Formats: sequence, structure tokens, C-alpha cells
Amino acid sequence: MRALTWHGKHDVRVDSVPDPEIINPRDAIIKITSTAICGSDLHLYDGYIPTMKAGDILGHEFMGEVVETGPKSTLKKGQRVVVPFVIACGSCYHCSKQQYSGCDNGNPADNQDIEGELWGQVGTALFGYSHMTGGYPGGQAEYVRVPFSDVGPIVIPDGVDDDKVLFLSDILPTGWMAAENADIEEGDIVAVWGCGPVGLFAIQSALLMGAHRVIAIDHFPHRLQLAKGLGAEVLNFEETDIYDALMTMTGGIGPDAVIDSVGLESHGMFVDNIVDQIKASTFLATDRPHALRQAIVACRKGGRVSVPGVYGGMLDKFPFGALMEKGLTLKTGQTHVQRYLPALLSAIMEDKIDTTFLISDRMALEDAPKGYKKFHDEQNVCTKVVLKPDWAKADPAGEA
Amino acid sequence: MADSGHPGDIARDDAPAFTSKDGSERGEAAANGESSVSGVAVTINRPRHELYAYWRDFGNLATFMLNVEAIEVRDSQRSHWRVSGPNGSYEWDAIVTEDVDGERIGWQAGNSDVPNSGWVSFHEAAPGRGTVVTAVIAYDPPAGILGKLVAKATQQEPAIQARRDLRRFKQLMETGEIATTTPPNREPKS
Repeated sequence: MRALTWHGKHDVRVDSVPDPEIINPRDAIIKITSTAICGSDLHLYDGYIPTMKAGDILGHEFMGEVVETGPKSTLKKGQRVVVPFVIACGSCYHCSKQQYSGCDNGNPADNQDIEGELWGQVGTALFGYSHMTGGYPGGQAEYVRVPFSDVGPIVIPDGVDDDKVLFLSDILPTGWMAAENADIEEGDIVAVWGCGPVGLFAIQSALLMGAHRVIAIDHFPHRLQLAKGLGAEVLNFEETDIYDALMTMTGGIGPDAVIDSVGLESHGMFVDNIVDQIKASTFLATDRPHALRQAIVACRKGGRVSVPGVYGGMLDKFPFGALMEKGLTLKTGQTHVQRYLPALLSAIMEDKIDTTFLISDRMALEDAPKGYKKFHDEQNVCTKVVLKPDWAKADPAGEA
Repeated sequence: MADSGHPGDIARDDAPAFTSKDGSERGEAAANGESSVSGVAVTINRPRHELYAYWRDFGNLATFMLNVEAIEVRDSQRSHWRVSGPNGSYEWDAIVTEDVDGERIGWQAGNSDVPNSGWVSFHEAAPGRGTVVTAVIAYDPPAGILGKLVAKATQQEPAIQARRDLRRFKQLMETGEIATTTPPNREPKS
């Protein structure tokens, strides 16, 4: 089959690779009909994530048709499913508490040591996201093997377009959980850093959860426009002093809840961020938390900090004093996708949530390397790239 | 522990002996004075007696101890093991030295190139959480400390194996499967 594989920094290629097989009884094989490139994939593309090997298949946002099932799968051939990016067994302590991204049993034992060393205990397994998360081949491909297929995938009714439901796999539940972690109350003003897909869905979710106002922060005019379209007020951090603006716009209080949807590659033309970049490049620190620092300093006393943005290693100069002295609550974590799927699918079917506005580009799987480059280089206009494995490669003569 | 000199102060904390920073304290966990002692614990959400029974039937152990090539159970106390190590296969006889039903199995190796002993215990975890399974391995590394470092580098050091084996035991008991990305009968990609 054809699949998008990683070969080094800024080097992804579509290769011919062996088809996946059923290995364990609860497995299923999915023929992929739509699959997206995630902002987190850009961390792989930029070489930030260790334990990658040349030839690894990427992709953790995918859906398609069940074509083969193991003897203990509960799926049936022909069903259309969206698959969570988190691989969860359904029967460990964490799964029983619906903390699916903390599942003990998805990550093969031989792969678990790195996360154990880095973070203290083992994180779960993900599709297509390095050997530290299990080395499971990802879904930017024609076919994928899905372990624990009786726990993860959600069946999609007939007649629903792929594009309407694809983001159930990752970014929609991620935005929803980010807003949920902000513990929104009536009258709240919520500030969201980052108007990428997760930030936009966090804005949408926060308003659905009853936030009084949402203030969104970014520097890409097109993304700010999308945020405005969802009902947020917008701030451009290249033009505006964010702290001053937030304090004024919240009547001198500060936002009740802040959401960091930026994560470890935070931009900033400020002294702390430049120091971060130097330290990151010389391995004194690994993550660049400029947005997170701003969010913590802006948050009102007794407020809530929600961090869906991905971090992997160590931060430097973290405003822990502000966190403690203002009595903030910080909630974070990889998305417990399985927890949210039924309710979010219903919301989509009832037209309470539309996610299709986000898709800026659709292209053949064969053109995926161009998609990565565009998503990486043109973040103003390129908000989400959806790959279609059954589309033909674009005609080279027709390329811009 | 440091001598505080104040009457009534504790002399030792509550940690298991094998987690001590002091080599001789760690050695207390070794049945025969073997020099390298390590232990690891997992919590498995299954009843204590079920886990004990599965483990006590030594023929089952190869289902999750993946460096075990063969186990031949000879009688209720003795079994013959062949295990792959950094320098090829090792064979020995395992002799059960203690056996407390539902609680603890201890063994000692006889006829072994690598003297080793150990025990595995099964204790109730906090209510609703299942069973804590703790395994301690004590062995004399071949070729002393250098051999141990080589084995660690090739990831076949017993402490590393024990940790991985217990994780696989947990996966098997809780989910019915062992998580993998490699089809059976095929070499892992790494």
C-alpha cells in the first residue's frame, strides 16, 4: 500500500509499504477514506520528537471502512468508523475512569522505558507518533491496523460526509476537553491563546458551554478572522500588548479562565522566548512556553488554566509564583478522546457543531508532502489539510 | 540510615530492602547473597489468587516472558528453563524454595551458568484496584560489573526484562492481549 513516511527533518515521502495485518484478536483493519495532518505532526516534521525512525508511517487523524476484523473485535466489515488517535484498552484503571490517554496497556512493554524515564510513568500509545508512543503505524496511508477496535472507533451513520466527522478523531474532542478543563461558569470571560484548529474548537466549545465572552489571541489575520466568525473577540499579539488589553477588556480583573492551545513551539519576539530558543537549540531546555507564561500572568486570582497545547520536556522560567500566589488551578493532558465521542457525534448530527469551516486544503495522499510543506510554511491561509487516499495525484502541469 | 542518636527514632524506613541506596541492605533481598538485586511492582486489576495460579503453572510464563525460549516443568518443585541472554542461550533448573498459596513463590537456580534467585509476591492493592505483583530478581552477573553493563546496553539485563515481563503480564491479564506492533514469527523492526 502507499503511505506517508518520515525520513528526517522536513523530509516526508509517500512510499510503497507492506499492508497491515491482524495481529491480536481485538484488532481491525480500516481502509482509510480521509485523513488529516495535525499541528502535532509538524513537531515530527520539524524534528522535535525523539525516537523516530526512517520509514515510520505518520498520521493520527483518520477514518474509513472496516475491511477486516480479528475474532474478538466488535466491528463489522463495511462499517464506517472514525478512530481516536489514542489507543486505549478499556479495562485498566485509567480506562475505567475514562482517562483513556492514560491507558496502561496500549504501549508495547519494550517501548515503555523512554516515557517512563522522561515523565515518571508510561504514557499511552498513539497512532503514528514515534516509538516512544508505541511505534504504531499511522493513518496517513491507504490502510491501518487498529488495536482494541472494540474500545476506540465510533460508527458513523450512512449518508454523513467524511469531512463533517473526521475531526472527531482528535482536534474536536481536544478543543472540547480544553474548554471543559477551564471549568466554565456563567458570566466567565475566557481567553484562548492560539487560533489553530484546537484553539478554534476550544473557542466554539467554550461558547457552547456558556462562556459570556471569549477573547482569542494569535498573529495570523486569517486565523483571527475564523475566530471572530465563531463569536470571539480577537487580539493580535504583534500589534497589541496582550496583558494590557486583557486587563482592560475584563474590567481590571483578568480572564476567569485561560486556555493555552499553542504548546511547545510557541512564537514570540520577546526576550524570554529568544532565551527559550537559544536554550532549546543548545538542549538546556526543550520547550518554549511563551504563550503559557502570558496566560498564567493574565489569569485572574482564583482562575483556571487549561493546557491542551502539547509539551514534552522541561520548561525554563515558569511563573510558578504567579500560579501559587493567585491560587490558580491548572488542568492539562492528552485528550481522552473516547470519553467525548458519542456526545460530540450527536452534536454534529444535530448541527450544533460544524467543523468543516476549518478545512482549507483537500488533496490526494500522493500529494501529502506538499501538504506538509504548505501547512508548515503558510500558516495564515492553510488551517487544515485533509488527505484523500483514493484521489489521484495532482497533475504536475496544474501546480502553482 | 544515619544514626540520629535520639532514643525512639526510627532506624529504618518502610521502603522495601531492594530500593535501598545501600548495597548491603539491597543484598538482604537476595536469597544466596547474589550481588545484583532489583525489584519491580505492578498493580493488576485481577484477583490475587487468579494471578498466583497463572504464575504458579510455570508453563504459562513463556506467554509473557518473551526472552524465555522454553520451560519444561519436571515436577511440583522443579522446572528446566532455557532463556536467551546477551551471549546466547542460558539453561538452568529452577527449584521452588517457597510457595505460599495465593501470596508468594520463591525460587533458586541450580546448575546455572548465572546463579540467580528471586521471588514474586501477590498482595491486595487498595480496595477496587486489584493485586500488587512484586518481583525481585537477584543474580551474579556473568563477567561481573562489565557483563552487567553490556547486558544493560543490549537491554537483556534481568531488571529490565523483569519490568517488561511484568508489564506484559498486566496487559495479558487485564486485556487478554499483549500490545505489539510486530506480527508473530517475525523479527521486531528494532
